[in-house]
Amino acid sequence: MHFKMKNKKSKLFEPTIVKTAVFNSFKKLNPAVLVKNPVMFIVEIGSLITTVIIFLDISKGEFNSFNLQIGIWLWFTVLFANFAEAVAEGRGKAQAEFLRKSRKQTVARKFTNGNETLIEAGLLRKNDIVVCEAGDVIPADGEVIDGVASVDESAITGESAPVIRESGGDRSAVTGGTKVLSDRVLIKITSEPGNTFMDKIISLIEGAKRQKTPNEIALTIMIAALTIIFLIAVVTLPPFYSYSLNASGLQEPGNISIPILVALLVCLIPTTIGGLLSAIGISGMDRLIKRNVIATSGRAIEAAGDLDVLLLDKTGTITLGNRMATDFIIAPEVRQENLADAAVLSSISDETPEGRSIIKLAKEKYSVHPKEMIPSNVTYIPFSAETRMSGINIKDENGNIRKIRKGAADAIERYIELSNGKYPEEVRDTVRKVSSEGATPLVVAEDRNVLGVIRLKDIVKGGIRERFAQLRKMGIKTVMITGDNPLTAAAIAAEAGVDDFLAEAKPEDKLTRIRKEQGEGHLVGMIGDGTNDAPALAQADVGIAMNSGTQAAREAGNMVDLDSNPTKLIEVVEVGKQLLITRGSLTTFSIANDVAKYFAILPSLFAVLYAFEKNTGPLSVLNIMQLQTPQSAILSAVIFNAIIIILLIPLSLRGVKYRPLGAEQILKINLFIYGVGGVIAPFVGIKLIDLLINAIKIV
Amino acid sequence: MKTNDIFQILIFVAALTLLTPLLGKYMFNVFSGKMNLSTKLFGGLENFIYKILKIDSCEEMNWKKYLWSVLIFNFLGFTFLFILQLIQYWLPLNPQGLQNVSPDLAFNTAVSFMTNTNWQSYAGETTLSYLTQMLGLTVQNFLSAATGIAVMLTLIRGIKNKLDDKLGNFWVDMTRTTLYILIPLSILVSVMLLSQGVIQNFAPYETVKTIEGSEQVIPLGPVASQVAIKQLGTNGGGFFNANSSHPFENPTPFSNFIEVLSLILISASLTYTYGLMIGSKKEGWILFGVMLFLLLCGIFTSLYSEYIFNPVLSTASNMEGKEVRFGIVNSVIWSVSTTATSCGAVNTMHSSLSPLAGMVALINIMLGEIVFGGVGSGLYGMILFVFLTVFIAGLMVGRTPEYLGKKIEAFDIKMAMLAVLIPNILILVFASVASISETGTSSLGNAGPHGLSEILYAFSSGAGNNGSAFAGLNANTVFYNITLGIAMLLGRFGVIIPVMAIAGNLVKKNKTPVSKGTFTTDNYIFAILLIGVILIVGALTHFPALSLGPIVEHLIMKSGVAF
Repeated sequence: MHFKMKNKKSKLFEPTIVKTAVFNSFKKLNPAVLVKNPVMFIVEIGSLITTVIIFLDISKGEFNSFNLQIGIWLWFTVLFANFAEAVAEGRGKAQAEFLRKSRKQTVARKFTNGNETLIEAGLLRKNDIVVCEAGDVIPADGEVIDGVASVDESAITGESAPVIRESGGDRSAVTGGTKVLSDRVLIKITSEPGNTFMDKIISLIEGAKRQKTPNEIALTIMIAALTIIFLIAVVTLPPFYSYSLNASGLQEPGNISIPILVALLVCLIPTTIGGLLSAIGISGMDRLIKRNVIATSGRAIEAAGDLDVLLLDKTGTITLGNRMATDFIIAPEVRQENLADAAVLSSISDETPEGRSIIKLAKEKYSVHPKEMIPSNVTYIPFSAETRMSGINIKDENGNIRKIRKGAADAIERYIELSNGKYPEEVRDTVRKVSSEGATPLVVAEDRNVLGVIRLKDIVKGGIRERFAQLRKMGIKTVMITGDNPLTAAAIAAEAGVDDFLAEAKPEDKLTRIRKEQGEGHLVGMIGDGTNDAPALAQADVGIAMNSGTQAAREAGNMVDLDSNPTKLIEVVEVGKQLLITRGSLTTFSIANDVAKYFAILPSLFAVLYAFEKNTGPLSVLNIMQLQTPQSAILSAVIFNAIIIILLIPLSLRGVKYRPLGAEQILKINLFIYGVGGVIAPFVGIKLIDLLINAIKIV
Repeated sequence: MKTNDIFQILIFVAALTLLTPLLGKYMFNVFSGKMNLSTKLFGGLENFIYKILKIDSCEEMNWKKYLWSVLIFNFLGFTFLFILQLIQYWLPLNPQGLQNVSPDLAFNTAVSFMTNTNWQSYAGETTLSYLTQMLGLTVQNFLSAATGIAVMLTLIRGIKNKLDDKLGNFWVDMTRTTLYILIPLSILVSVMLLSQGVIQNFAPYETVKTIEGSEQVIPLGPVASQVAIKQLGTNGGGFFNANSSHPFENPTPFSNFIEVLSLILISASLTYTYGLMIGSKKEGWILFGVMLFLLLCGIFTSLYSEYIFNPVLSTASNMEGKEVRFGIVNSVIWSVSTTATSCGAVNTMHSSLSPLAGMVALINIMLGEIVFGGVGSGLYGMILFVFLTVFIAGLMVGRTPEYLGKKIEAFDIKMAMLAVLIPNILILVFASVASISETGTSSLGNAGPHGLSEILYAFSSGAGNNGSAFAGLNANTVFYNITLGIAMLLGRFGVIIPVMAIAGNLVKKNKTPVSKGTFTTDNYIFAILLIGVILIVGALTHFPALSLGPIVEHLIMKSGVAF
C-alpha cells in the first residue's frame, strides 16, 4: 500500500511544496488570474492604488512610513491568500507527480490479424488489440477480450496482492500502467492516447481542470456581494466625514486619506474566506485521494455531503463475503451423524468458502473427518445454475449408487418429488425458521430421503452496526441491497442495523429504487462494480465505481475507489461534509471578525471630530480596545487581517474536524468556535499586535 | 422608566401576540380560497369582478407572468394618481379650490403611494383635494398593501410547492386580499376610530375664533376611512400633515392604541399565516419571535434614551415633539413600531426624539423594513435574511444550504443579495451626495450631526418604503422629490423583482425531506443566528454613517452641547 502510506507520511508543509508555493503566490498576482477571485482582486487593486500613492508622495519629496507599512501588509494579504491556494495545489501536484513516475513508457504488442507488431504505447488508438503476457505492462486502458490473467495493479491502488482479470463478466477492465503477472490475454484498447484513466486521474489530482463547484460559486457570489456593500460603505464615508468636518469646524484637507480608506475596506471585506476558499476546495479533493478515492468532479464531493440515502450491497459491505455453516438440523427420524456425514460427503468437492465451512463444522462439532471417509468410485455432481444443487454419487461394492444432494430448499423439494420421495413438513418449517433468522438453509438429501438442513449464516462485519448507528445520527438512511429472499434479508438487516432493505434485487431494481428516492427529494449514493450497475451508478447523485469493476461502471460513476472497498462510501460522505463545514465555519469566522475591526479603525478616524477645544472628540469612546494611536490601531487591524489568513491555512487544508453527530449539535459546536470565537479573536489579536508594534515603535 | 410604561408595553405585546394567530388563521383561509365570514358578504362581488375583468380565476401564472401583472398594475396605478394630481383643480370634491400639484411633487407623491411608502413631501390639508385623497391616495393605500401581500404569497408558494412553475394568480390574490382582508378590517377600524371622535365628512374647512380672539382655519375631511387603511396597510400617509398626532386623526389614548396595533397587526399575523401555509406553525412563530425581539430591543433602547438625563434640556424625560395625551411610552411604542413596520405614520415628531431613539427609528428602516415590516414586504424581506442565514450557517452542519427542503443555490443567493444590496446602496449613495452638495444641505433644518441624521433618515425612509420623516428636512425641493422618488421606486421594485425571481426558481426545485442531518430553522439557535445575521449585515453597512449621525449626537448631548 505504498501509495497510501506515502500520503499519510506527508506533512502539511513539505519544504519543496512550500518553495514552489512561494514562487507561485507571486505568479498568481497576475490580475487576469486573480480576477476569478473577486475579493482578493479588490484587495490587489487597493494595494496597487496605495503603492501608486506612496510613489507619488516620494516623487513630491514626501515620505509617509505609515502608508508604506499599510501598503506592504496589503500586498501580504494578497500574497498570503495566493500562498494558501498554491500550497493546496502543490500538494495535489506532488501526488500527480508520484503517479506519473510510477507509470512507465511502454512498448505495446499490437495484434492485427494474428500478427504481432511492436509499437509505442502512446500510438495506440481506440479499438486496437494488444497482447499481454506475464511480465508485460498493459500499455493502455482496455478490456480483456480473451483469456484470463493475474494483474498487479499496485501502481494505482497501492494494493500489492494481484487481481484476476478475465474476458467477459465484470472483471474485464484493465488499466494502463498495470502489470500482467501470469498467463496471456488479448486486450481491446478502450481509450484514445492521452485520455486514459491514469491520464484523467493525474489531471484531476493536479487540479488542472478544476472548476468551481456549485456551492463554491454561490458562496463566491455572496462574499462578492458583501464586498460590494462594504465598498459602498467605504466610498460613501468621505462625504459623510466631510460633512462632519464642516460641522465640527475643521478643515476639508483633514478628510480620510486613500490608503486608510483602502485599509478599512480590506479589513471589512471577507478576505479570510475569500483567500482560503479555493484552498479549501482543492484540499477536499486531496483528502478524498488520501482515502484512495478519485472524484471526477468537485461537484461530486459536495453532493457527498448532502447524501441522505446510501444503497449498500449486502455482500462485502455489510456482511463478510462468505457465509458460514453454523448448524446441522436433522429431519425427523434421522440421526445427527448421518446428516453430518452426508453434508461432508456432498461438500468434499465444493471448494467454495461455504463448502469448506460445512466440513469445518462437521469436524469441530461432530468429529467427522472427510479424509477418513472418502470412498472410492465417486462421481461429483457440480453446482449448476439450472439444478441449483450439488452433490456426490457413490457406488458401493454391490454397485448400488448412493446419491447425496445438497441445495436450495425448493430445488431439493422438486428433486425429492421427482424421485417419488416425501418432503417432510418438519423440514419445511425448519427452512422457514432458518430463513427468518437471516440465515440461508441448505437442504441435504440422500436418495429419496431428506436428512436435514444446514444452516449457513451470513457473518455481519464487526463494527458495522455502530457505523450504521452513526450514519443514522448524521441523518443518513441506509438501504441494503441483496439477492436473498425477504425473510433472510429482513433478519440480516435487523442484525446489521440498516434502516431498510431491498430483497431479491435485480440490477434494474437498484435503478428503480434510486429514482424513487430521488423523486422524494433524497440524494442517493451507491457503490458498485458490475456492468449492470452502470445505469444505477449514473443515476445516483454520488456513484462510486470500484476500481476492480468494469470500464462501463467506472465511466458511469462520478468517483472511483482505487481500493475497491465498498465501505468507502461512508468515508466519502464524511469528506464531503467536512468540506462544507470548513467552508461554512470560515465564512462565519470571516464575517464575525468585522465587528472588532470596526472598533479598531472607526474610532481612530473619528476621534478628531467634534473635539472642539479638547484633545479627542466624543467618538473616541468607541476605542474600547484602548489602542494606543490612530496609526497603530489601523495598522494592527490590517496586520491581523493578513496574518489570520496564514494562520488558518493549516485548518483549511486539513479541514474542520468532523464529528458524526446530528446537525443541531454540530451547529452548536461550530457556531461557538467560529461564530463566537470569530467575534472575540480579533479583539484579542488586534490588541496584542497594537501592543507589539508600539513596543517596537514602528509607527 | 415607570411601572406604568412596562405595563403598557406588556398590554401592547399581549394584544399583538393574541391577535396574531386569530387574524393569521383567517388570512390563511382567505388565501387558500376557503369559505369564511366575508365570503358570504363579498363572495358575489369577487366573482363579479372576475367576470367584468374577464379573469380566469383558475389560471395559475408562472413568475414572469405574475411579475408582469404586478408591474403593469402598479404602473397603471401610478399613472392614474400622477394625472389625478395634475388636474385636481378642475375636478369635483375640492371645496377649498386647491391648485393642481407641480409635476415633481406629483411624481414623488404618486411613486410614494404606489410603493406603499407614503412619503409626504406635501401637506395634505393645503395641497390635495378630497377627491385626490380618496380616489387617489386611499385607493393606492389598499392596492399597494395588497401588492405586497401578493408578492409575498408567490414566495411562500415557491417555497411550499415543488417541481412546478406556477405561483398563483395575481388578480385573484389582489382581489381576495382587498375584499376579504383590507376592506373588512378597515371598516372595523374606521368604526372604532369614529367612536373615539375621528372625523369623517366632506365639509369645507371651518374658520373659528380662538379664545385669544384670532381666527383659525380648521381643516376637515373624510379622515377616519383613510386613517384606518393608512395604518392597516402600513402606508402611513396622514390625511393631515401632522399625521396621527393631529387630534382629528388620533384623538384619544384608546384610538392611539387601536392605531398602533393596526399598523403592526397584519404584518405580525402574516407570520402565522406563513406557518400555516408551509405546514409548520413553529416556523412562523420563530419569525414572529425574532421580529418581536428586535422590536422590543428598539422600544427599550428608545425608552432608555428618552429617560436619561439630558444636560441640554436639564430634564430626564424628553417631551419635546410629543403629544401630552400620549406621553413618552406611547410615543416610543409608536415610533419604534412605525419604523420597524414600513408604516411611517407618526404620532410624535421623530426629529425631536432623543438621539438614540432617533437612531433606533433609523436602524429599523435601514435593516430593510423586516422587523414585521410592510404588509407582505416585511415577511418576504425577512425570508431573504433567512436565506442568507441558512446559506452562511447551513454549511456548518455539513450539507449544502437548504431552507424547508429547498436548496439555496447560486441563483437564489444572487437574487437575495441583490435585494439586500439595492436599498442599502440607494441610502448610502444618495445620502452621501446630499450631505456634501449645496442642494442637499440647504434643506436642512438643523446643523451638526442631527443634520446628517435628517439626510440619512430621508433616504432610508424612501429606499425602505417607510415614508416617515425626520421633519427638520424640507424635502419638497426638486432635488429631494426626484432622488427620493427614485429611491422609493428602486427600493420597492429592486426587492420585488429579485424576490419573485427566487420564488420562480424555488418552485421548480424538489424538496429534500427532513432528517437529523438537516439544518433546521424552527428552533432558538436559528433565531439567534438570524438575529445575528440581520444585525451584522445591517450594522456593518451603516455603522460608520450612524457613528457620525445619532451616535456622536448622543455623546455630544451628554456633554451638554447642542447645535
